[in-house]
Amino acid sequence: MKETRYLTCIVCPVGCRLTVEMEDGKVLKVSGNECKRGEEYARKECVNPVRTLTTTVRVDDGRLLSIRSAEPLPKDLIFPCMATIDNLAVVIGSGIEVGDVVIPNICDSGIDMIATKSLFPS
Amino acid sequence: MRETKREEHYDLVVIGGGPAGMAAAIAAKEEGLDRILILEREEFLGGILQQCIHNGFGLHKFNEELTGPEYADRYERRVKTLGIEYRLGVTVTDLTSQRVITAVGEYGVSRIYAHAIILAMGCRERNRGPLQIVGSRPAGIYTAGAAQKFVNLKGMLPGKEVIILGSGDIGLIMARRMTLEGAHVKAVLEYLPYSGGLKRNIVQCLDDFEIPLMLSHTVVQIHGKQRVEGVTVCEVGDDGQYVPDSSQYISCDTVLLSVGLIPENELAKKAGVSLDPITGGAVVNSRRETSVPGIFSCGNVLHVHDVVDYVSEEAEIAGRAAARYLLGRRNTGRPVVVKKGVGVRYVVPQVIENVNEDLKLFFRSDGVYRDAYLKVSCNGETLYHRKRKIVTPGEMATVVLKNDVVASINDDEITVEVEMPS
Amino acid sequence: MFDFAVIGAGVVGSMIARELARYENSVIVLEKEEDVSKGSSAANSGIVHAGFDASPGTLKARLNVEGSAMMSQVAEELGVAYRRNGSLVVAFDDNDMNAVSNLYSRGIVNGVTDLQIIDAEKLHALEPNISSDAVGALYAPTAGIICPYSLTVAAMGNAMDNGVSLQCNFPVEEICPRGDYYQICSGGFMVEARFVINAAGLFADDIAAMVGDRSFSIHPRRGEYLLFDRELGGTVRHTIFQAPTPMGKGVLVTPTVHGNLMIGPNAEDLMEKDDYDTTTNGQSKVIIDAGKTLPSLPLKQVITTFSGLRAVGSTGDFIIGFSQFAPGFLHVAGIESPGLASSPAIATYVIRLLKEYGYLGPKKFHFNPYRHGIPDLRTLPEDARNQWIEKDPRFGRIVCRCEEISEGEIIDAIHRNPPATTVDGIKRRTRSGMGRCQGGFCLPSVTEILSREMGIPMEQVTKKGPGSFILYGKTK
Repeated sequence: MKETRYLTCIVCPVGCRLTVEMEDGKVLKVSGNECKRGEEYARKECVNPVRTLTTTVRVDDGRLLSIRSAEPLPKDLIFPCMATIDNLAVVIGSGIEVGDVVIPNICDSGIDMIATKSLFPS
Repeated sequence: MRETKREEHYDLVVIGGGPAGMAAAIAAKEEGLDRILILEREEFLGGILQQCIHNGFGLHKFNEELTGPEYADRYERRVKTLGIEYRLGVTVTDLTSQRVITAVGEYGVSRIYAHAIILAMGCRERNRGPLQIVGSRPAGIYTAGAAQKFVNLKGMLPGKEVIILGSGDIGLIMARRMTLEGAHVKAVLEYLPYSGGLKRNIVQCLDDFEIPLMLSHTVVQIHGKQRVEGVTVCEVGDDGQYVPDSSQYISCDTVLLSVGLIPENELAKKAGVSLDPITGGAVVNSRRETSVPGIFSCGNVLHVHDVVDYVSEEAEIAGRAAARYLLGRRNTGRPVVVKKGVGVRYVVPQVIENVNEDLKLFFRSDGVYRDAYLKVSCNGETLYHRKRKIVTPGEMATVVLKNDVVASINDDEITVEVEMPS
Repeated sequence: MFDFAVIGAGVVGSMIARELARYENSVIVLEKEEDVSKGSSAANSGIVHAGFDASPGTLKARLNVEGSAMMSQVAEELGVAYRRNGSLVVAFDDNDMNAVSNLYSRGIVNGVTDLQIIDAEKLHALEPNISSDAVGALYAPTAGIICPYSLTVAAMGNAMDNGVSLQCNFPVEEICPRGDYYQICSGGFMVEARFVINAAGLFADDIAAMVGDRSFSIHPRRGEYLLFDRELGGTVRHTIFQAPTPMGKGVLVTPTVHGNLMIGPNAEDLMEKDDYDTTTNGQSKVIIDAGKTLPSLPLKQVITTFSGLRAVGSTGDFIIGFSQFAPGFLHVAGIESPGLASSPAIATYVIRLLKEYGYLGPKKFHFNPYRHGIPDLRTLPEDARNQWIEKDPRFGRIVCRCEEISEGEIIDAIHRNPPATTVDGIKRRTRSGMGRCQGGFCLPSVTEILSREMGIPMEQVTKKGPGSFILYGKTK
């Protein structure tokens, strides 16, 4: 099946309007880009769009901890991941350091959620 | 309880412990200065970065994508490793041109005498007052930053059906953040015909969630007695006037304002520091020294940045310069005024010196220009001329002049301009 | 059973409550809103007029001059900032000068002291920033500025400290005469009192109608204002009116007692008694008219805009007296400008009426007229400020950076009479959130402090009473 998708390139401030022609999930042609990086972006964005998820999670002592996905997640996992995060509280134990894994392998994505700040028992 | 000290002396006091303050203090320390104190009004270092939990920080500085708290953490660790003294929960209420600080904290009012001062207080958000939005004054109208603090630091949701006015990066980031936390962002409105936000944020914060961006639109009236019930929005014509019959009502329970940042220079004014009416920050030379000897300025209190990495870079310049000023290692030259030419809204620093050092000029254009040239000239002679695909007011532009070029400047002024190809 | 029920906790009701507290009577004040000072007392010019404006022989004229003379003492007793900055009625042409001279004569008849007509030179020496078109002015050195809600809060606080009860969230729905007392009802609750004082401001006619008294009516007249950054507070020193013309009264330009610059109000008759919207027309009228006095107004430094409603009575004068339809039911109605200036005198006038009728008990032995305000640390000498902080370190924790308000001051506002229960209540009492960032920084902290001190979840904290919640609940 053929389809045409329209994107705004985010690689630089120019923001080229990209037209991507696709067939059966494969990119046939990218146009509208002023540079090579635009085409790379379009291919990636159309085949496997990913986003870094940044949010907060409750800690078992009631406080809030900011976290992010260690790597970008598949875009369509963002809301399932939010639902998972909103329904759990992470254990503070003896403390959490920046970079500590607080939710491993979220939504079976193979990607961990890590702390973006340090938190110690008060 | 700590002994209350009512009078203290330091070589350098940095007012503000956000990204600018920390980077400035670190640079000063690394330059060899010892008696340094950072004063921070919040209960933590890092300033606004602590509530900016999204990623996108550090690409220039660390070549990786960090979140705000992670970026702050790197500097906080360095501050601690270097043993730089800092004080939290302390608000500076007065500053004199003689560099006498009055500060209030849980230990009372103290007076701190400093040989040099770095202003790093950051900025505040413009609120509804000057916007001429008529109507009622219900609950539910917040600055994007206040909403961000509620959501990211307090874990509270300030709205469910949301209209965001202003498409700067904070507005865009909050559109996504509110959406992720379960709110319905109905639209982001932008008074101008273009967004001042990064393309990446428009795509990843709005397009990803199918949030409409209404360019050339603004809120003209707010409805609702107790809580916001809706807004009247209008299209803005090219002449800046509302387009007749373009008004429409959008029901919502929350209006977030992301309509500009203002450097918080009340202390600078008290100290008699000259301000640039365009930036709202101090007039500085290339060392980020203000019109008052020994007082330096950097970060968002000097001019509003869009990337924290540039804040750090600027703060390091100020920190190093303050240290050299005190250690008697200043490299001075003849002052040269930096003039704004065609297409340029402001340039920082406003004054440079013809010394044998590389010089980076930071500036914003007054509009969107495509395939234009950035040009720096002196007395008819071109010092710098380079093509840019795009120059927009939303992204600060930089120009680096090489040391030999800077040293060769032989006039009292240079001009920065955006030159359109003929 | 109370001896007195005062309906309405505006400046008039609160000042009356305070005067009643001097006597051995039980007093309750019933307020329909969640806080005191919510109607006309919440938003007006804050001017203590000298008294040359009202027609000689009216209650307005008499009580204004009396009230203005009393204000220094009242403000001092209540710990409220009050400044006799003087007022000027500025003339721009010969016709205006005639109007000025008429006001002068009227002022003399009304008993206003120290009035002078000054020429352009003296005027510009007094006010160098005003328009060079001004040709002269009426100068009234006795005029002053005060914060209307600070005065109201303090008067009610002092009344409560002396035994008066305050019941907020009590919109009176029905009043039943029961022979020698009244039953006053609201939402299933009932208060009984032998005498009722109707100080219901905009709604005084509705309250009167509840006892069958339709002898007067009250109409809302809206006035809009713009408030500027404190940086501009020094632009003018006096309260500057414009000479009245057949076209209208003009608008004023004044410093506020908190150091801001304020312009307004226009005058617009409304049907609704609760329409506090600002409007495009109203705002531009104020800006244009004020521009006549002060050219080149820096509109970028407007920090907020608001409107107030005047309670305009149908008789043209203050309506103060017992109802012809209900015994022991006293109206204090139609208190529009100069109501704030007159308020101390209105209260003593009411006391005289009550005394004449023998409704008052003996004087209390232990009445304390003094109320120490919430310490305004920003304005205190350093030693005093340190003493407060030593006593409680929370006075050293600045929450509102624009107005330099500490957590200690906010907590004090929550726990003293009359207690602040909302974000706006805190703002009116401490000015937290009233500065140039308009709560951009302090709102989250103030919300949290209210939640903690009142023992309620954050989502139950409101801006200004039921329905005006700040938050929708926890994100997770």
